[in-house]
Amino acid sequence: MLKIQKLHKSYPIGDSKLHVLKGIDLSVDRGEMVAIMGSSGSGKSTLLNIIGMLDEADQGDYILDEVPIKNLTEKKAAVYRNKFLGFIFQSFNLINYKNALENVSLPLYYQGLKRKKRIEKAKFHLEKVGLLDWASHLPSELSGGQKQRVAIARALASEPKLLLADEPTGALDSTTSHDIMAFLQHLNDEGKTILIVTHEEDIAAMCKRIVRLKDGIIMEDNFVNQVRATAHV
Amino acid sequence: MKFLFERDTWQEVYDSVSKNKVRTVITMIGVWWGILLLIALLGAARGMENSFNRLFGDFATNSVFIWGQSTSMPFKGFQEGKRVRLKLTHANKIKDNVEGVELVVPRNRNQGLVVRNFLSGNFGISGDYPMLDKIQKKKMIRGRFINQNDIDFNKKVAVISEEIYKQLFEKDENPIGTYIQMNSSNFKVIGVFQNGDRNMGPTDDIHIPFTTFQQIYNQGDRIGWMVITGKPEYNIKQIEEDTKLLLRNLNQIHPRDKRAFGSFNLGKEFKKITGFLKGMQFLTWFVGIATLIAGVFAIGNILLITVKERTKEIGVRRALGATPFEIKRQIVVEAVFLTLVSGLLGIITGGWILIAIDRVWGQGDDATLVNASVSISVVFVALIILVILGTLIGLIPAFKATSVKPIEALREE
Repeated sequence: MLKIQKLHKSYPIGDSKLHVLKGIDLSVDRGEMVAIMGSSGSGKSTLLNIIGMLDEADQGDYILDEVPIKNLTEKKAAVYRNKFLGFIFQSFNLINYKNALENVSLPLYYQGLKRKKRIEKAKFHLEKVGLLDWASHLPSELSGGQKQRVAIARALASEPKLLLADEPTGALDSTTSHDIMAFLQHLNDEGKTILIVTHEEDIAAMCKRIVRLKDGIIMEDNFVNQVRATAHV
Repeated sequence: MKFLFERDTWQEVYDSVSKNKVRTVITMIGVWWGILLLIALLGAARGMENSFNRLFGDFATNSVFIWGQSTSMPFKGFQEGKRVRLKLTHANKIKDNVEGVELVVPRNRNQGLVVRNFLSGNFGISGDYPMLDKIQKKKMIRGRFINQNDIDFNKKVAVISEEIYKQLFEKDENPIGTYIQMNSSNFKVIGVFQNGDRNMGPTDDIHIPFTTFQQIYNQGDRIGWMVITGKPEYNIKQIEEDTKLLLRNLNQIHPRDKRAFGSFNLGKEFKKITGFLKGMQFLTWFVGIATLIAGVFAIGNILLITVKERTKEIGVRRALGATPFEIKRQIVVEAVFLTLVSGLLGIITGGWILIAIDRVWGQGDDATLVNASVSISVVFVALIILVILGTLIGLIPAFKATSVKPIEALREE
């Protein structure tokens, strides 16, 4: 599903360079739920950005679903992002002047789907996260957990091969965090491949595999017994 | 171009424009004001031109008036200060010898008492040829102007102005065929004309045949002055010079005697005014377009700020699969939409201002701004300029928006 070999990335800081990723090897199979852990500065966000095609590696190979991701033009990257990936952000990143339904249908708009089809699909995914009744609400009228669920619906809307979550529970209290994790586990049970970047142990423990990064290299890569999050709703 | 007809494109435009109404309105004021100024000024300039044209309207503008004065230099045995009189024979010589002359119209004028029954008044009486009608169009209300037959037979007929008709006749009375008395002779009224050209020199109240005038005032072949019109392709100033030189020759006057003949070159004066109007029109365009450009730049500027504020949103959109082209296109459409809508509003309000100008200054005979208006083609040109400027100015924020990498855009707080 996802194969990364000898990945290097450095950022220029003034005259010197900051070597963030120093040769990462990682492969993820279909249906996995992987937590990427590490303290801040360990390179976990950079790795996620490269996987998400928001950033490009200096060296190394990255193959996603048998498609080599290399030398992408902005346009091609946009098409791949739309087709392969669903993003979930810490700060939700919903567009504040669009209601829940419009937010969810946005990736479908960029897919070039007809309006009717788009609304139909967006409604389906909103229902899946249990927020169909809130379809016409603006993000400012939703709670944090609801916002993140709308964001998940948006990430799912384009039916991506891989869900990328960057600290999805970072801005939520523990109860809502568990709700969100329960939902992500549920999605994983249905077969979705999910990558979660987090620094919280209990969140990582709810995944099936934990990859620990430190100073740009993988320290540990273990399969764990998944802790089931119980929905508190 | 298909995207222009999709509801979503406009939904996006509507969303981002209505998100900050105050800013949108302030932005639009720049372009609105520019086009309003352009329309109002162009319309006013046109109105001014129209009123000038109306003023000169009935008059051949490429014409010069020439009359005799007195010499300022001794020549061929004649003393300085010799009285110079134009003669009828000169008129034919001018027509034959000066290049570019179209018409030479000799005229005579006198002031005289005009009596009808118990009413009388002092009016200007001119002796004229029928061709006067060609250089100074007479609007006949009743009857006709002098014709060749009147000239040939020295007929005692008179064409009177509306003003005299009002003074000497009863209301609704038919003046044609009645008689008025001038210089102890009876003249049959054959026509009434409308007073126009009130601002153009002395008004001719009564026209009688030139030959009749010669007879009753004992003029011989002397003439008061003549009006010379030039063919359109000739320079009226040159014609004036040539005519004067010829006249000096004929009258044995020193070739450099400037005082012998007086003249008024209407063509020259008219050119000055049209030149002034041209200059004003140019100024109007200049000011209008400059204001317009300033307005469009204001839109570009605001969009640039908007783009900066929306960096994160644009990052999110790109993470969700928007291509840079789609982002740019959206911003350009927004810019064009804003310029176009404010431009249209400016055209509409500019039209209202022209209507108001017409109500205040455009009514009646002595209106200062006649039919202040702007042609549709000018409006179209302005709109096309707006669309082009809007597109160009939209490209700046559009490129700015996509120059930031999505990852950096997302990091922006």
